[in-house]
Amino acid sequence: MTVQANHPAISVASDDPTALRPLLEWIARRAEPVAIGLAAILIGLGLFSLFILAIGKSPAMLFQLMYTGGFGSWFSVQNSLSRAAPLLLTALCVALPARLGLVIIGGEGAVVLGGVAAAAMAMPLGGAAPAFPILILMAIAAMVVGGIWIGFAGFLRHYRGVNETISSLLLSYIAIALMNQFVEGPLRDPASLNKPSTKPLPPEYMLGNIPGMDVHWGLVIGILACILSSILIEVTSFGFAARIAGGNVRAAQIQGLPVGRLIAGFTAIAGSFAGLAGMIEVVAVQGSANASLAAGYGYTGILVAFLARHNPLAIIPVAILLGGIDASGGLIQRRMGLPDATVLVLQGTLFIIILFCETFYGRFKIFNPDLWKRSL
Amino acid sequence: MEETGIGIWGVPLAILAGAIRVSTPFIFVSLGETITERSGRINLGLEGTLVFGAMTAYAVAVMTNSPWLGVLAAMATGAIFGLVHGWICKWPKVNDIAIGIAMMQFGLGLAFFLGKSFIQPAAPHLPSIPFGFWSSLPQIQAALNINVLFIIGALLAFTLWWAFRNTRLGLILRVVGDSTDAARAMGINPDRVRLLATAVGGSLAAIGGAYLSLYYPGSWNEGISSGQGLMAVALVIFARWNPIGCFLAALLFGGAGALGPALQSIGVTQGYYLFYAAPYVLTLVIMITTSSPTRSLAGAPGAISLTK
Repeated sequence: MTVQANHPAISVASDDPTALRPLLEWIARRAEPVAIGLAAILIGLGLFSLFILAIGKSPAMLFQLMYTGGFGSWFSVQNSLSRAAPLLLTALCVALPARLGLVIIGGEGAVVLGGVAAAAMAMPLGGAAPAFPILILMAIAAMVVGGIWIGFAGFLRHYRGVNETISSLLLSYIAIALMNQFVEGPLRDPASLNKPSTKPLPPEYMLGNIPGMDVHWGLVIGILACILSSILIEVTSFGFAARIAGGNVRAAQIQGLPVGRLIAGFTAIAGSFAGLAGMIEVVAVQGSANASLAAGYGYTGILVAFLARHNPLAIIPVAILLGGIDASGGLIQRRMGLPDATVLVLQGTLFIIILFCETFYGRFKIFNPDLWKRSL
Repeated sequence: MEETGIGIWGVPLAILAGAIRVSTPFIFVSLGETITERSGRINLGLEGTLVFGAMTAYAVAVMTNSPWLGVLAAMATGAIFGLVHGWICKWPKVNDIAIGIAMMQFGLGLAFFLGKSFIQPAAPHLPSIPFGFWSSLPQIQAALNINVLFIIGALLAFTLWWAFRNTRLGLILRVVGDSTDAARAMGINPDRVRLLATAVGGSLAAIGGAYLSLYYPGSWNEGISSGQGLMAVALVIFARWNPIGCFLAALLFGGAGALGPALQSIGVTQGYYLFYAAPYVLTLVIMITTSSPTRSLAGAPGAISLTK
């Protein structure tokens, strides 16, 4: 918490002669997260370069390959965008509750159960029904299940005082066990031998690609979800109340805000996005629900959300960036003989440095217009 | 496990054996986390520390042919992870829970990266003591074949319980954990105490990892931990920051985890995968029943961010 409060109204009304002042203030306030974020990424890349040097490889070559593999050609850009799609949704699962001050790390559970729910929904309806309504029903099923799953963690937080970080994590392990039980048991396709799966979806139920691209519609859904979330937080009174509650729960309660309903509602919406990510993974990538659903999107989503400082719109570029880093893993593995975990090391390094750099917020006068007078 | 001869009695025996075998990593990670949390900080990164410790212990044991050197090396890396976590978290505005998640990812990534070449060779195992020598039944002998680290863990739990209450160090730790201001007033540097407590916590968690790779399941691979490091955080809350409670809770977890395989061995295969969820469901239910929305948890260190 910063000690000195920001009062834009006061500083705008100051006797500064230049008309440019409000614009400069606007830029300065928004420049802070961008500048600190970029500096953090550079420091992180620097440390990672040292690590790569220490094991006797060339960081320059690695970054070159990372660029080539992630964004160097239209093919690799499309690959990165495809990988970004689920990350957009799982990052929202972290970012929305974070606005209320909650750290939810169990998005993975909502992803796998959302995928199972979608597959289960398609099964009895399969065959004759037209594809579009079925896809809508699958999405609803996935969102309801994911919403209940994460919403339960929010509910427990407010009504039972159970820490949401731990409960969401436990719920995610429970969800993975449930998925295994469903996929091995009642929902198992007898034809799937080594890799137990639900019955494959008929091809017409699969979510197609965006016209002219080799990227499935999940990307569009994810971006829309980010924009809707941004509107929810920045524009609606529901989001405004959530931001107040996130700042100070006591103050929000004194104001008569329904903190319990806010927490349950926000976590449920967050979970429904993660559930949707599971449904998209089933209908656009896997074609059935199986253990591949637990591919770690929920965990990478945590990183994306923190990198984006829980801003839904900032999630879009960050998810694409991390999707690109993910996509370049294979190329690095083949060309440089490095293990596939190289990408994980890089992500971990970046994550730590970026969180560390939170400490620099509010320390630089240049980003704080209220302090400009005294220094200029 | 073969269940010839003792039939249905194999179930409680297998659960007991499983409890002893599976609980050791939980004991060490939760004791480490208890020390860290008693100092007023949370380290969620112990999952990464545990896995990195498992990798280090395995690699060093393969290279030196001594499992104990492996354990020592793991402790050293665990302490380094703890120092990094502790140093970063002393800065203002840095969220210890988030840093923990980041350290977890980093530790996992680094362990998988450096451990790639150690998936094949076999490391020497840690020794165990056959307490079941008096019985002629192989099941009982197997169940009572207890690893040395389990015994060390149990002793450590009692020692810590005693030390928290009766030693100067224990008092310092508790004061720092309960109130940063009170600690400063007493002339203690809370940041330094927390840094050391996090380092000790990390090195204990790494022992848990060493047990995984050097005894049970006894090899290094990327799926070696199924969340033991994270579960331990829940376990500490459940045990109310009491070391003996941690020991008992770890046994309970181990037993719950062994329920599925034990029932399967006597032919109960319905819902097999659901039994995997048993320890997690158990923890959640216990957390729900013992938490309260109006007061902080009994026994919780006052300066900790988790229960606020």
